[in-house]
Amino acid sequence: MGRYVIRRLLQMIPVFIGTTFIIFTMVHALGDPVAALFGDKSPDPAVAAQIRQQLGLNDPLIVQYGNYMKGIFTGNLGNAFNGQPVTELLKSAYPTTLKLTLVAFTFEVVLGITLGVISGMRRGRFADTGVMVMTLIVISIPTFVIGYVLQYLFGVKWGLVSATVATGAPIGDLILPGFVLASVSLAYVARLTRTTIAENTKADYVRTAVAKGLPRRRVITHHLLRNSLIPVITFLGTDLGALMGGALVTERIFNIQGVGYQLYQGIVRQNTPTVVGFVTVLVIVFLLANLLVDLLYAVLDPRIRYA
Amino acid sequence: MRGATRVTFAAGAIAIALAATACSSSSKSTNSSSGSNASGVVTAWWGDPQNPLIPTDTNEVNGGAVLNMIFAGLQSYDPKTGKAQLANASSITTTDQQHFTIKLKPGWKFSDGTAVTANSYVDAWNYGAYLPNAQNNTDPFFTSIQGYTDVHPASGSAKAKTMSGLKVVDDNTFTVALTQKFSLWPDTLGYSAFYPLPKAFFSNQAAWEAKPIGNGPYVINSWNKGSGMQLRPSSTYTGDFKPKNGGINLKVYTDANAAYADLQAGNLDIDNGLSTSALKTAQSDLSGRFINQPAGILQTISFPLYNAGWSTANAKLVRQGISMAIDRATITKVIFNSTRTPATDWTSPVLGEAGGFSSTLCGDVCTYNPTKAKQLIQQGGGIPGGQLTISYNADSSHKEWVDAVCNSINNALGNTSACVGKPVGTFASFRNQIQNKQETSAFRSGWQMDYPLIQDFLQPLYFTNAASNDSHYSSPQFDSLVNQANAASDKATAVSDFKSAEKLLVTDLPAIPLWYQNGLVGWSSKVSNVALDPFSVPVYTDITVNK
Repeated sequence: MGRYVIRRLLQMIPVFIGTTFIIFTMVHALGDPVAALFGDKSPDPAVAAQIRQQLGLNDPLIVQYGNYMKGIFTGNLGNAFNGQPVTELLKSAYPTTLKLTLVAFTFEVVLGITLGVISGMRRGRFADTGVMVMTLIVISIPTFVIGYVLQYLFGVKWGLVSATVATGAPIGDLILPGFVLASVSLAYVARLTRTTIAENTKADYVRTAVAKGLPRRRVITHHLLRNSLIPVITFLGTDLGALMGGALVTERIFNIQGVGYQLYQGIVRQNTPTVVGFVTVLVIVFLLANLLVDLLYAVLDPRIRYA
Repeated sequence: MRGATRVTFAAGAIAIALAATACSSSSKSTNSSSGSNASGVVTAWWGDPQNPLIPTDTNEVNGGAVLNMIFAGLQSYDPKTGKAQLANASSITTTDQQHFTIKLKPGWKFSDGTAVTANSYVDAWNYGAYLPNAQNNTDPFFTSIQGYTDVHPASGSAKAKTMSGLKVVDDNTFTVALTQKFSLWPDTLGYSAFYPLPKAFFSNQAAWEAKPIGNGPYVINSWNKGSGMQLRPSSTYTGDFKPKNGGINLKVYTDANAAYADLQAGNLDIDNGLSTSALKTAQSDLSGRFINQPAGILQTISFPLYNAGWSTANAKLVRQGISMAIDRATITKVIFNSTRTPATDWTSPVLGEAGGFSSTLCGDVCTYNPTKAKQLIQQGGGIPGGQLTISYNADSSHKEWVDAVCNSINNALGNTSACVGKPVGTFASFRNQIQNKQETSAFRSGWQMDYPLIQDFLQPLYFTNAASNDSHYSSPQFDSLVNQANAASDKATAVSDFKSAEKLLVTDLPAIPLWYQNGLVGWSSKVSNVALDPFSVPVYTDITVNK
């Protein structure tokens, strides 16, 4: 097990270097960031040259990347154009997005699994059909449509919740955006749970448990659910990373100044340090979530550990 | 689970009950008195500024809005007429339109208690012009001052740290020497690049940037970078624009739709980030609480006059024909939801008639007339190169109107391929093509004024070799009329000389005026007295909160 973990951790290093370099090159390919600083006016050539020199934009790409990596290992991720260090932006944006992600994740786990169990236990009946139709609708509508519609209904028309999230992102304000963010994954979790539950209700061990005369509730929670959740947990694990990425759309709709907002600003203003810094952290989150899932899988299913 | 649901319901019920009581109490107070609440705070839309909030480094509207709240310049522009009037200056005098003496009103203070002196201005301007400081906002503001090229050479390193044209006489007086006559120069001094800076800026710039100190009607109370800023009335401000509210809370929005939702839900009072699409429903949503009026922004189509095909006398007729083939009224209405106003000259309605705006100057040339258009283009030997292309940057929303303009021209000429749009990937590469004189046919162009002066709409754009003369228009007659206007001793003569110069553009047509961009603002029922200034920024100091 220990060797497995170490091997996985070592694999992360080339992935990290590769992704940062690709992102760095991509932002670089967008064009001259200095031209974008002056709007529709012609930039003063002397000032433009001065800024290029200060930002080191005259060096070849590989040298700029080298300087950037050197900075990373000393904890310096560069500055945004307004002079704020990128590390400061990361510190303000990531906790907000993480909070939103956790709210969404809670919805996904609690609501998704509950719906899946209800639906799986009553296959073919009204509740099952209802859940299936509902999840199908949610999966087929783009998240931003769901977001805008719910924002209009709950926030503007009925005034039940705040239409946008207040500064500091209090949990109460995050419930609606969290639900919107979770909606699609929630539908998948419900459908996945339903399938495995439906499969396992016919399994021998469930029949045995029922034959033993155990109460129905205990059969479901202790025997049926425990065995059915393995694939669901795998999905949930990888989805944690995807949720953070997917938060970009939801954050824009509900005015949350998190990762999505900072990334958007970075791209619009072509500020390489901001974009690369934020994406790098996203990459690390993805890598860790994947690692965690693989480890959990190895814990849950011994066949993988010994393979 | 069940418990949790019950709690949510209870919380919801309490919230509704609270909202209901809040509503009833506020409506009661509205009935009893209809005045304003002088300590009420206004919440306003904002976007993250692009650069540090240094006056000489800020050239976009979000940073500019804050600078105008926390600073007061030598002059200020009347929010209604755009006319320059003295603010911190008590007098600006000259005898030859080239050497100016500026006297300050004594007793003005920065919000940290230090006095605003002649040095506050001279040091700030020298800082802005000094090349190693790489400030965005130097051209054309400091270029006319003597000694500018020493501190800011076009290439190489700076020879001096201060401009020789600036001299401090005493604490409240300084003199400025310009490189040539410029009669309207005092009127440019209301622009934010000319704001003074306190000693604190020069002693600890990083601390100042974290919380800028100015001499204006508001002070920054707190600034949460990326999410918002709280501004409160300054206790040291003695000027004419004393805030009529208890402060402004600026809130950064990630998206125009989010702001509009907040405005409708009552969480936002001032929304000047209204999108064109919001305007479709704003009429009914806001029941008249919005303004849609022309701003100091003109959109044009320019031609590469350095290209052999476009520099002939016949090409002039073709350009006039193209201008007449564009149905401005329909395009502004259909494509832009009436958030653009068809152009009738090369300036902007914000200048007013006295400032040089004219609703008739362009005349027939800017009026839709497909028959005459076709005739003129044929007379001029057809479109140079056989086909007109209009180049634009595809990373912004230009495709729709460029296609509509081409469609209008094609219809007039009865030829479906006479005009086509030509997208360029990004704004940066579009600008690069223009700067490197690589255009072969028409391209989109636009101008946002720096100060409400007719000079700003003409000289930087059409004077020979001017910085933003993208079409490389050169007319000795135009240049001499501009010089004559700049040497005029009174403003009315200067404006009329500029107008004579502008009249040359009607026949030469280096750029076709399309439309003036409108400023948009919507507000909540909580506030009153909302107006847009000539720069289409809300006049924050005048906004009152209803009781």
